[in-house]
Amino acid sequence: MNTIWALAGVVIKELYRRKDFYVLLVLTVLLTILAGSVVFFQDPNIVRYIKDLCMFLIWISSLLIAITMAARQIPAERENRTIFPLLAKPVTRGQVILGKFLGCWLASGAALVVFYLFFAVLTGTREHYWPVLDYVQAFLLQWIMLGIVTAMTLLGSILFAAPSSTVTILFIVAAGILFLGRHLNTVALHNPEPIRSIIYTIYFIIPHLELFDVRERVVNDWGLVSWLACGLATLYAAAYTGLFLLLTWLGFRRKSLT
Amino acid sequence: MDAILRTENLCVEYRSRGLKLEIKPALKELSFSVHAGEVFGFLGPNGAGKTTTINVLLGFIPPTSGVAYLFGIDVRQPIARQRIGYLPEMTYYYKFLTAEELLRFYARIFGLPSTEADQRIDRLLKLVELETARKRLIKTYSKGMQQRVGIAQALINDPDLLILDEPTSGLDPLGRMKVREIIQRLRNEGKTVFFSSHELGEVETICDRVAIINAGELKVLGRVGELVAQHGANLEKVFLDIIGYQPQTAL
Repeated sequence: MNTIWALAGVVIKELYRRKDFYVLLVLTVLLTILAGSVVFFQDPNIVRYIKDLCMFLIWISSLLIAITMAARQIPAERENRTIFPLLAKPVTRGQVILGKFLGCWLASGAALVVFYLFFAVLTGTREHYWPVLDYVQAFLLQWIMLGIVTAMTLLGSILFAAPSSTVTILFIVAAGILFLGRHLNTVALHNPEPIRSIIYTIYFIIPHLELFDVRERVVNDWGLVSWLACGLATLYAAAYTGLFLLLTWLGFRRKSLT
Repeated sequence: MDAILRTENLCVEYRSRGLKLEIKPALKELSFSVHAGEVFGFLGPNGAGKTTTINVLLGFIPPTSGVAYLFGIDVRQPIARQRIGYLPEMTYYYKFLTAEELLRFYARIFGLPSTEADQRIDRLLKLVELETARKRLIKTYSKGMQQRVGIAQALINDPDLLILDEPTSGLDPLGRMKVREIIQRLRNEGKTVFFSSHELGEVETICDRVAIINAGELKVLGRVGELVAQHGANLEKVFLDIIGYQPQTAL
């Protein structure tokens, strides 16, 4: 476990020494403040739009951070040849995968905390209302979802040739699941066989990331989701994360290091 | 003497990935051993199988057949690497870390207590003359400094066996001399050093024994002094004779 934490520590250091996170944070802050400074049609519900926009930007930014960070971990180790002194120590490839996963997940969680703090300050100063538990729940669900995305990206980084292709493919897949995942069964119903079966299979195979999306509830102040449902969603995420990590390990186990 | 490193009939074959299945032997029945306290030079022209041998010894690739042991433990077991230090040929360490952070990271992997790790980091940074640059990010280091960080990381666990893959490659004469001094110092401390190099003059000065391989086969194994005396020439000439180099006559 010591080795896994040591590896995770290096990934976390990488996040705060690189510029990606700061750029995305500044962009989110700027866009939200800019949107907040414009008065649309004297609409008294403007704060809802700002919350909606800010939440959307937080989701996009956190996905970008998790995917770009996880996509470059193993390819960069191979390209810079740091994998050689690392594996020349009593470290297994499985520990490398787990360490990289833990580091990316914790780092994206830390970035998410900063984003949510900004969101809480922004909405709190506008609405003079602090539904802390709602924010904590939204944060936790999003962070758990990022666990699946991180594991999926690590698997992608083993399968695809370059980190840039992994980032592009994984971003499209994650965004596709988030926006279309819940509608796939309806789409399947309107199609003839064998397309219907294919779409149904995809519907049942993909990890439904949209289950973790409670943006609407936060924006409209609809209150908390039951904690039991959150617990079940966590188990669902753990199963998918475990499966993706296992597949990553199986791929990396036999992969040439050069 | 105890064999710290041992290979027995080691064979490695690389298979091509194309439609036409081609098998290229990289190592053929390679057997040799390295004893405690000796500096062992592993020589051969490019493509001879030196790096492949090191890759097998470090568990990076499995042998097609044969076995290799470090301290009597099969190299496929991660624990076999607990008492070794490895310096790869030109590696770029994590650029976003400082030398001190890098060494602390590797110390954690070996499970060193923090006070002991601190002492070792201080000692090693002094040894490789990077004390003044310890807080600087590695991305600001010169090639020679990076290689010296590499030496420090290879020594963080106070290893009994050091495996160095062309440790002076790409370094200027001063950098090379510093690396050589460090190897000499380790030798005086009784460490076992196994290193591959193209710098034959350097090998002749430092090594007790050498193995010369060519096309994956062991051609010669013996004490440097004996080989030189036997061939009546320096190690470079011995090496060229063994690999069958024919000088081209002037046109």
